[in-house]
Amino acid sequence: MNKGIAITGMGIISSIGNTVEENLNALKSVSPGISRIEMLKTRHSDQIMVGEIKKTNNVLEEELGLEPLHSFSRTAMIGTIAAKEALQDAQISDINKYRTGFISGTSVGGMDTTEKYYLGYNEIEDYRRFIQAQHAGFTTQSISNYLGIHGYVSTISTACSSAANAIMLGARMIQAGKIDRMIVGGTDALSKFTINGFGTLMILSDSECTPFDDNRKGLNLGEAAAFLVLESDAIVEKENKKVLGRVAGWANANDAFHQTASSSDGEGAYLAMNKALKVANMTAKDIDYVNAHGTATPNNDLSEGVAMTRIFGEENIPVFSSTKAFTGHTLAAAGSVEAVYSLLSLKENLIFPNLNFKTKMKEFSLVPQTELVAKEVKTILSNSFGFGGNCSTLIFTK
Amino acid sequence: MSDCFINGIASISAQPTTDPGTFLEELISYKEPIFRCHDPNYKDYIKPAAMRRMSKSVKMGVTTASMALKDSGVEMPDAIITGTGMGCKQDSEKFLENILHNDEQFLTPTLFIQSTHNTVGGQVALGLGCKAYNVTYVQGAASFETSVMDAQLMLSEESGKNILVGGIDEIAKNSTLLHKLDGQIKNDDIDLIDLLDSNTLGTVASEGATFMVLGAKTDKSLANIVDVETISEATPNEIKADIEKFVFRQGLSLDDIDAVVLGNNGDVKYDNYYKNLQSSIFSNIEQLCYKHLIGDYYVASSFGFWLACKIFETNQIPSVLKVNDVTAKNHNNVLLYNQYLGKNHSIALLQRC
Repeated sequence: MNKGIAITGMGIISSIGNTVEENLNALKSVSPGISRIEMLKTRHSDQIMVGEIKKTNNVLEEELGLEPLHSFSRTAMIGTIAAKEALQDAQISDINKYRTGFISGTSVGGMDTTEKYYLGYNEIEDYRRFIQAQHAGFTTQSISNYLGIHGYVSTISTACSSAANAIMLGARMIQAGKIDRMIVGGTDALSKFTINGFGTLMILSDSECTPFDDNRKGLNLGEAAAFLVLESDAIVEKENKKVLGRVAGWANANDAFHQTASSSDGEGAYLAMNKALKVANMTAKDIDYVNAHGTATPNNDLSEGVAMTRIFGEENIPVFSSTKAFTGHTLAAAGSVEAVYSLLSLKENLIFPNLNFKTKMKEFSLVPQTELVAKEVKTILSNSFGFGGNCSTLIFTK
Repeated sequence: MSDCFINGIASISAQPTTDPGTFLEELISYKEPIFRCHDPNYKDYIKPAAMRRMSKSVKMGVTTASMALKDSGVEMPDAIITGTGMGCKQDSEKFLENILHNDEQFLTPTLFIQSTHNTVGGQVALGLGCKAYNVTYVQGAASFETSVMDAQLMLSEESGKNILVGGIDEIAKNSTLLHKLDGQIKNDDIDLIDLLDSNTLGTVASEGATFMVLGAKTDKSLANIVDVETISEATPNEIKADIEKFVFRQGLSLDDIDAVVLGNNGDVKYDNYYKNLQSSIFSNIEQLCYKHLIGDYYVASSFGFWLACKIFETNQIPSVLKVNDVTAKNHNNVLLYNQYLGKNHSIALLQRC
């Protein structure tokens, strides 16, 4: 088995909580965070359900101590909150004591500010400091500058697999000795752009999403940020650090089927899971639990389900669930949100449930874990798939 | 440091850089501060039915990817890694404007589908039927270099792979224009060739794409990418120290560098990052610039990689690139440095092979 890269800290803000502890409590008490949209003004507010962080931008600014004229986009603010918590959790006070980098996954970047100010840039000068927020790297640098990281900083934008790819890259760079410590994860705020975009694709559900259910109607969009601290074993040993878990396997493959839809044989997902097992030097039997991508769109759950049957065999599928019914689909952040939940599963020996499931899908006999259950968990496989055929799989170990 | 060779390269820019057998002999002049690339005949590379739906980024990306693959003799790459500062800005802008002008009504999915940053990477994969590793980096002016770093890392993990790496950025009508409002683009017309001495704020904006095939050394190898580093933010003097450290780390001294390729873009506020080097550690080295030929955009620095390959291949330096009086005897080690607005610095060392 690949020993993997140590995870020494984690942080998260999502619709079910503003900290890791709050997220854990919501998962344990089965309190989903799906509601009507309140913070963002959209004409679709009565038609969709979302996983929204119930804090205004002003509240976020205050929490971060940002002056109004130096505030960030919402994506950057929630990202900073989660990254800060991850650093605290890893008990890092001197960020530049070791070679430290930052990798964030995002799909919308500063789109929330762009759509708010776009039509006003010509008249209103104060808005213009957000013009640069049009490029996603700007969002990442708002966070990395706040944290004091000025060396290697990068942004990955592979749609809904972005954060998974950020975690993968961080692990690879540490494994190769390119860097000692990497803060990795993703952040995406709700925006009109994505609400309307997914709306035109007709894959938004008007009620709570039902992953892997035969009658699933589509996804609930969500907003969240989550970051992990990855550190080299040299640092872990030298500083006698607590290790929350390890990233032991990773892989990225492309479905090469359609720009937005997944193939019916789940080829990209299959390749990603298969390769991740190889990197981890494991077989399918070693996996105790699968945190599925499970967006609750007809297309994803079928494609992912088929891919799982190909990897594990239909009769031998490990316990699996999608946690999207708690948080909504948090797009680029999903991979790191679910990495945090996977680490909590490893720590608490709990499987968090796949909510709202009632009817088995016609195509196969897969039934997700629908109730909170205690189970010894040592290895978790977590999937994230996105537009552009991007499929990524991570394997976490105790 | 790794065995990372450029085995094929192609670049679309505002100059006719895709014409075979030429090296900036005939230049196109531009006067407006925003100008588009010089289009090759895309029909030679893309079927008409597919082309109708393609945005400029996709057209430029698919074409240069196909040219670079052909140049290298590789048919199916083992990974596709793309970098872009703004992604598919034209389609994003149209979708955004439709949302804002029509109060979130009467929208169609095509623009949204094509708006994601990884559209070009996805389309290249789809065109090739390539199911391998596929990632898109979006880190401002370091987008291309972070992509190259991933490829380099991958080759150090597993040699023998052929990796397709590209950078793409396009002009979008209104979003690019906004960069005039915040001082990123010059307000007045300027003869592009005079850009470097403009002494005014901002630069000029254009678009382009560069794709390379990276892998182990072959008889087609054009250059060895010895190392690449990116630095998110730093002062001019910190950059000077970083470049010295970078060169020493390769077992070289500055005397071993035959030419430096710099990203000066005529922005009086930020060109001091380059001038601070040109008048000190680079003063005895042949200095080359190129943004007075192709303008600036987030992946413009990828043009520096193309330039270095051309220099190794032709053993010529078009005089239009030269900005000082030093002339190197041979060109074996070429150092690239670029930044934008004092952020997303990149340093790369390319070596003749």
